[in-house]
Parts: sequence; C-alpha cells; structure tokens
Amino acid sequence: MASGRPIVGEKDRSTAIVPIRIAADHIGDREDPRLSDVDEWGRSERTRALARAMYEPIYSKWFRTEWEGLEKIPAEGGALLVANHAGAIPSDAPVIMHGIEKELGRPVYGLADYFFRTVPVIGTLWARSGGVSARPANAYRLLKEQDQLALVFPEGTKGTSKSFTDRYQLRRFGRGGFVEIAMRAGVPVIPIAVIGAEEAMPVVLRLPTVARALGLPYFPITANLLALGPLGIVTPFPAKFKLRVLPPVYFDVPADQDRYSKSRIMEESEHIRSLLQESVYDMLRDRRSVWFG
Amino acid sequence: MSRRVLVTGADTFWGGRMIQALETDPSMGVILGMGTGTPSVPFERAEFVRADQTYSIMNRIVKATQVDTILHTFMITNSSSVPRRAMHEINVIGTMNLLAAAGAAGSSVRHIVVKSSTLVYGSAASDPNTFLEDTPRTSSVRNSVERALVEADGLMRDFAEDNPGTRVTVLRFANVLGPHLTTPISRNLSRPVCPSIFGFDPLLQFVEEDDVVRALLHVTQSGIPGLFNVAAEGRLPWSEVATICGTRLVPLSPFSPLKIRPLARLFDLPPELQDLLRYGRGVDTRRFAATGFTYKATSAGAVQSFIRSLRLRRQTGRQPASYTYEHDVEQFFRHSPSVVGGVED
Repeated sequence: MASGRPIVGEKDRSTAIVPIRIAADHIGDREDPRLSDVDEWGRSERTRALARAMYEPIYSKWFRTEWEGLEKIPAEGGALLVANHAGAIPSDAPVIMHGIEKELGRPVYGLADYFFRTVPVIGTLWARSGGVSARPANAYRLLKEQDQLALVFPEGTKGTSKSFTDRYQLRRFGRGGFVEIAMRAGVPVIPIAVIGAEEAMPVVLRLPTVARALGLPYFPITANLLALGPLGIVTPFPAKFKLRVLPPVYFDVPADQDRYSKSRIMEESEHIRSLLQESVYDMLRDRRSVWFG
Repeated sequence: MSRRVLVTGADTFWGGRMIQALETDPSMGVILGMGTGTPSVPFERAEFVRADQTYSIMNRIVKATQVDTILHTFMITNSSSVPRRAMHEINVIGTMNLLAAAGAAGSSVRHIVVKSSTLVYGSAASDPNTFLEDTPRTSSVRNSVERALVEADGLMRDFAEDNPGTRVTVLRFANVLGPHLTTPISRNLSRPVCPSIFGFDPLLQFVEEDDVVRALLHVTQSGIPGLFNVAAEGRLPWSEVATICGTRLVPLSPFSPLKIRPLARLFDLPPELQDLLRYGRGVDTRRFAATGFTYKATSAGAVQSFIRSLRLRRQTGRQPASYTYEHDVEQFFRHSPSVVGGVED
C-alpha cells in the first residue's frame, strides 16, 4: 500500500525545484486551522445560536408558540419532519426549527427550493442557519448517513402563495417525493400540524406578471404590506402559533431500494396529507381567537 | 515484475513530481517522460522524450517501448493557463491519441491512470451538496475547461468499456493547494486583496499537493481500476480561507457578469472560478478511501500548508531555479559507458 511508504529514500536532491517532502510529516500534526464552525451544509451552530437569541422574543412573546406532542420527535436518529406551509413569507419554518432546537437541543435542517441559493446574502444567511436545497440526494445524506432531522414542506410555494380565502386548506403534496426519500433512507415521517402561520402574513393578492418579471416564484400583496407599508415585508401579525406533532409514520419497506411502488408512495403521501389536514381542522375547532388561541 | 511506465506532461509541474516520485520506487524499472517543453526538475533515471501537445507520436512510442502503464498527468484544469484552442487539443485530442495508442492491436498497455478534476461536476445552484462519482451534472457545461474535461471523461469511459483487458483509473481531484503549485486560487490568495462575489460565501473542498502525488502513486502501484473523487476531508467557506491566508475579500457585483470581465482579468478569475465562488462544490470521497488511501492533510490543512510556505517565501525571497535541462548532458549521464554509478543504482 502506497500511503505508508516513504516516497523519498536516502537520495534527497538538493537541486530539485520541487522537492518531494512527503516522508517528512510537515502537515497534519499541526493544530486545526479552522476558524469557523460552518459544517458541510453551510450551517453554523454559532450563527444559529445568535439567530435563536434574536428570534426568541418573536417565538415566545410575539407568536406565543405552544407545542403539543414534542416528545414524539426522537432525541437521536434521522427523521423527516413534514408540516403544512402558509403565509407569504412563512413563519412556520423558523418557528419549527427554533422550537425543536430550543427544546430538544438538536439541529434541524430546513429543506427548500434551491432558488434561495441564487439570492445574494439571503442565500448565504439561509445556509448558515440550516437551510439546504431540497434535492433527494441531500435529504438522503442528511437522514440516512448523518442521522439528522430534516424539515420539509411538501406543498412548497403552492402553500405559501395561496390566498387568504383558501386558508388552512392544504395543497397537493407534490409528487410524494418526501415519502420516497423517507422510504429510501429508512426513517419515519413525523407530521407537524401548524396553525397561526396563515394569519401572520395573509396573501390578499398575487401578481404573477410582476413575479415573472422579477424571476420570483410568486409575488404576493400581503395584508401586512397594506397595513404597515414596506415595514410589512418583514413584520408578521402576532397570531397565536400552535403546533401539534403527530405520531411518526413508519413505512415497512426495506431501505435503499432502487425504486418504490409509485402508487404506494402516492397513497402514503395522501394519507399523511389527510392526517395533517384533519389535525389542522381539529385544532381550528378548538381555537377561540386568532390572536389569543 | 519490473514495471514500465510512461508519464505524460513530464515537463509540467505534475509530470515532474510524478516522475520523481516513481523514481524512488525500485519496482518501476523503466520510467519514460513525455512532454512538449523541457523538464524543469532533474530526473534521476527517467528518460525524456519531446512530443507535440496532441501526442501524435504516442502510438510509435508505446509500440517501441512496450510500456505497461501510462500515467496521464497532462490534463489542463485551469482555463487561464492556456488558450482555449490549446485546451481542446491537449485535453481531448491528446487523450484521444493516448487511448488510441493504448488500445491498438497488440498493445502492451495494461493500466492507464488519468489525472482529472472535479470540474467535470460543474458548480451551480441546483447542485446537490455532495457529488458521488456517478452523480450527473445538474447544469450544462458553461466554459471551455469543463467542456474539454467532460469530453475527455467520455472518451475514457468508452475506452474502458471497449477494452476490458486494460484497467482505467480516473482520479478527479478537488482544487489543489500546497507549497509549490500556482493556480488562480493560490494567486488570488497570495495577494493583499482577493475577489469574492458579493453575498456569496461558498464552501470549498481542497486537496493538498503531496496528497495528489501520493494518490496517483497509490493507484499506479496498486493497479486499482475505477473512477474516484480525491478530495481532503472537510469544507471551508471562502471567507474563512481568505482569513486564514490573511487576505481581504473584495466583493464583486453578483449581477451583470459582463461588467466584472475587466476585473476578472485584474484578479485572475477564469470562468470556472467565478462559478465556484458562487456555489462551491463538495464531493464524496468514501470510494477512494475504501481502496486504502489515507490523506495527510484535511482541506483546512491544505490551506495551512499553502499559507505557511507562502509566508516563508515572503520572508526569504524566491529561490532561483537551480536546474536547467540540457539534452546532451542528460543523454551523457544515461548512456555514456564512462558513467559508472548514480543512474542505474
């Protein structure tokens, strides 16, 4: 094996312009020169800690977030968290990530469209705070090989761009890609039902022409924008957030198959969608006030 | 059994280093270097043959010398080092001639080792976080160096399929940093100011110079066939690389790439580096590690190895080149009956 063999013998050339100094172990035993704690996903726990410190008042004072069944999320091992998605600039993602990291002390990687990566500054901040582009290979690596928690919103922009009149009516769950990934990675899907996000930033009107011109997935006019002007872009209304973690859904199929039955995938995906839809309706039946829960 | 090895690009940095490394292995009986210029480092016992850049005489050389292994280091992985046209000639036509010679009827060649680059994966927003050896590109080829490398890649794949009797090893190296090699990245990092794209801080994976030589030697000696990513452990944000190297980042506008073209010239920013400074690239290295190779340096270690030698050079000045290749002198040492020691010991 070559790796242990010294390449330079006793004949070291003093005249060589490119000396082979492989035997002399001049690298490797030096102290680690890393300065930051950015991991291979671009996530930095230090950045996240700072972001959590800043977000904590919003989480607990503004939204007054309440969880139910948080203990159903495992303390270790991979799991795919699946939630309903709402609000023009959705607050459900940061609330879920913040809550789990705060209560369970383990990181959550948020999967989203790779469009975010192309936006200067936002893309970098997104990656530093745990954002990962939603590619099957990425999800597999996170869930199967690194035993992490990944959060995905199968509705995608169909959920966040829907108007206020359609609130709490879950959109199609894509083509069930999240189920296939969970099957391949051999991890459970843990559905999380969220209420409050719809009222935090309701979409009044959509301007598809403007969106096309700007190259954005959608361009909403929100109630926040009408009420607060430009400040409304970053200010959600203080709706009360309630989250309910549903029991993990296991698929009794072997991991790492080349392909899984498409009908089975669609069936499971629809099943999870209806579980979430039912929970959302159930939680809304108990809700007396949008603002006070 | 004594091996007979032909090394391409013997006059280049990598060819020279590989020949020097092979010379220390006594099982490499015959070492033959091919190059378009003259070697810049002294060879102990390797013979040097001068050829044109597309290696049109490759067929005759292989037949005449009956080499069993070809180590193809002459692949350009940096578009600012040669003109566009030459890039295609070297990477594509050169590889084609090499494979044609190796695959000719009655060829003695049993193993081909190629030094390629992770540039074949490209760098785009839609990329997965980590490329496995068989992960396809997600973006179309956008610059000449990637086009040439992808094309050469295809030639090698076809060759391996058509010639099951010849083992083909392709190593795709990540960006190399080290004490001696000069690349656009190392040139930028050596200056007081270094370009970045505003709002982007990509993760980069490096491999240390010596690990490149060791990896090529590892597969040449062991004869392991296959396609492998070679990159050190860990990834660093570009901003952190700059900080370790003590250079200040100058953010260039992320919009209108046309406008940064003069700056691109000022900063030594070839197109493949402009993409890399936006989205970075990560590759999976488990397959190569499974062949028994261990790295000496991590990605961060490669950056450190580079900056430490740069600091030394800054404080001592560059050593003058102490070796000039003289054809007659080299021939004398190798073939004169008066020479009694040294060359063949």
